[in-house]
Amino acid sequence: MTTAARSPDRLSPRAWAGQVLLYALFALVIAVFSHWPAYHPIAADQAVIKVSFTHAGKLVGDCQPLSEAERARLPPNMRTTMRCPRERSPVLVEVDVGGVNVLNRSAPPSGLSKDGASALYQRLVVPAGEQRIVVRFSDDVRARDKAEQREATVALAPGQVLVIDYDAEKGGITLQ
Amino acid sequence: MLSPSNVRQLGLTGWRATERLFDSAFGSRLNPLRHLGAIGMLAFWLLAATGTVLYAVLDTSLAGAWKSIDGLEQLPLGTGRLLRGVHRYAADVLVIVMVLHLLREWLHGHALGFRRFSWLTGVVLIGFVFASAIGGFWLNWDALGQYSAIATAEWLDALPLLAVPVARNFLEAGAVSDRLFSLFIFVHIGVALLLMFALWFHIQRISRPAVLPPRPLAAGVVGVLALLALAWPITSHAPADPAVIAPVLRLDWILLFLHPLVDATSAAFVWALVAAVALLLGALPFLAQPARAPTAVVDPANCNGCRRCLADCPYAAISMLPHPARRIGRELAQVNTDLCAGCGICAGACPSSTPFRSMAQLVTGIDMPQLTISDLRGRLRRALAASSAEHPLVVFGCDHGARGPAPAADVSVFSLLCAGQLPPSFVEYALRDGAAGVVVTTCRENGCEFRLGERWTADRLHGVREPRLRAGVPAERLELVAAGPGDESLVAAAIERLRDRVRQPGSASLPRLRRWPGTTALTRHEQTHGKLT
Repeated sequence: MTTAARSPDRLSPRAWAGQVLLYALFALVIAVFSHWPAYHPIAADQAVIKVSFTHAGKLVGDCQPLSEAERARLPPNMRTTMRCPRERSPVLVEVDVGGVNVLNRSAPPSGLSKDGASALYQRLVVPAGEQRIVVRFSDDVRARDKAEQREATVALAPGQVLVIDYDAEKGGITLQ
Repeated sequence: MLSPSNVRQLGLTGWRATERLFDSAFGSRLNPLRHLGAIGMLAFWLLAATGTVLYAVLDTSLAGAWKSIDGLEQLPLGTGRLLRGVHRYAADVLVIVMVLHLLREWLHGHALGFRRFSWLTGVVLIGFVFASAIGGFWLNWDALGQYSAIATAEWLDALPLLAVPVARNFLEAGAVSDRLFSLFIFVHIGVALLLMFALWFHIQRISRPAVLPPRPLAAGVVGVLALLALAWPITSHAPADPAVIAPVLRLDWILLFLHPLVDATSAAFVWALVAAVALLLGALPFLAQPARAPTAVVDPANCNGCRRCLADCPYAAISMLPHPARRIGRELAQVNTDLCAGCGICAGACPSSTPFRSMAQLVTGIDMPQLTISDLRGRLRRALAASSAEHPLVVFGCDHGARGPAPAADVSVFSLLCAGQLPPSFVEYALRDGAAGVVVTTCRENGCEFRLGERWTADRLHGVREPRLRAGVPAERLELVAAGPGDESLVAAAIERLRDRVRQPGSASLPRLRRWPGTTALTRHEQTHGKLT
């Protein structure tokens, strides 16, 4: 039987050269695209501000005393004297850099009953160098006009990451 | 206007041209484009082997991870460099061949029909491969790993899944702890184990899956990876520091391209893109369904339970049951119609498919309703009886290979569902029934539409696999051509060669067929010389 067009037992020099070329091409594709082109996550003259917090806002309303009649309608083991709302205030945060507002976000409370903490993570790319930063933070829907504010002038090196967080135990708004 | 079907057809033409180009360098048996899945498996085994050693030396702590990986550079004879390089480059190879494998299967229409399961499980694998590959960068806690981890966390945070953003875990140096490495290890190694499990599903519906490419090809791939690892070593960036973003990263674009894409667009856009691609790939098997090919049918009266169909079925569609005749030890083949490709390879394997059986209506143990062995024998006999050529030739051709030859007075062409559907005894039968020579055309090596048809046909005709072509058949009267679509010239050349050979005076021939009572059609010999008794 004659078998046609099947792989020959011995390859020709031309076929060997073709193999070498194709293997080299394959290696080149892998070598190049596993390293090149170099990637610049941010420009050489930029820095990053990360605004992030996890904070439980104030309750949206005051606790109300229950009347005797209202308490009587409740099961004996649930007869508390006050009724408090579960829902918490969304947390508002604003950031100005160099006099320009770069962030104005409202972080809603988590949970189906909106009774969990609000959380936010926002990355801002800003020019490196000395920057005047103003952060306003409000966690009470009933006192939006009394937002906490912190101002600072920071020198941001190229590639530096400045973290703006909120920690009540450390006095509120933190820049680090 | 270009419809999706036209685009696929155009792509298929281009793909086949590229495959032929590679065939000329590697030979079709070792053509890497015909072994993409197996090369992917090889890359996976290399990742597992090198990864096991790397994990042994990895210090899974914030302070020690970078140092332990960087220390590999100090190992003698470049072994550390080799390990690390092969590990990374094998991941690149896995992604490249995975994409090519996906493209090849789509171009060949393999997302549809009975292959739907393999397609869908393959789509799931893509997610596992990228998740594990990206997670691997985090283990070496350098500037690139930090960038990738934070970029992934920010991308995940775009989905409203968690109350607290994942990216807060990398906010500052104090936020990252040794415990985070447990998560990293789960993502990199745990997902890789899931990948292996999913791979098992992916190859569930095929028999004899290629878990490694042929040795010369495997050696070539491993050699390229080793050379790359030594010549272009993988090195670490500076140790991670959440307070700083590295200004320049040597990004592996093959594995990490999603991060710059998010940076250039938005997390929401990339999520939408990924969802759209996943949806499209998942929907492809359901968008257009070709008419289901009839599946193989078993005839219990003629099945002797020899298991040859079970051994040859490329899609594990056949199982054996106790024979209903309840004879001890005798089995009966059973076809799982969900798995059956309708290729007919089982009919070609069945010993009862021999055309020499003296029955007017040839009923085989297992057969294809759309083209029965009996029909094939009938057509062959009629064609040879009707031929007035001095040296009639018979061509048995695969439907999925090269198109049949141009019409010629001395050539009768018989189309098969797959070359593997041809019982080898048909070659001898044709020669005894008046044919001067027989050409059998298959797809190119490793290019069979039904995976194994070309291989089994060649093995059967070479007498190394049951059912074998009998040794007494003159070899010079048979041509076996491996010719895929576009290889029509190979078939024409084979016919011409055979034509020349059979015209040589004194070329070996077989005694003419003797007809048995019950067979009705006259052979060509009988028409000329009278009916044999």
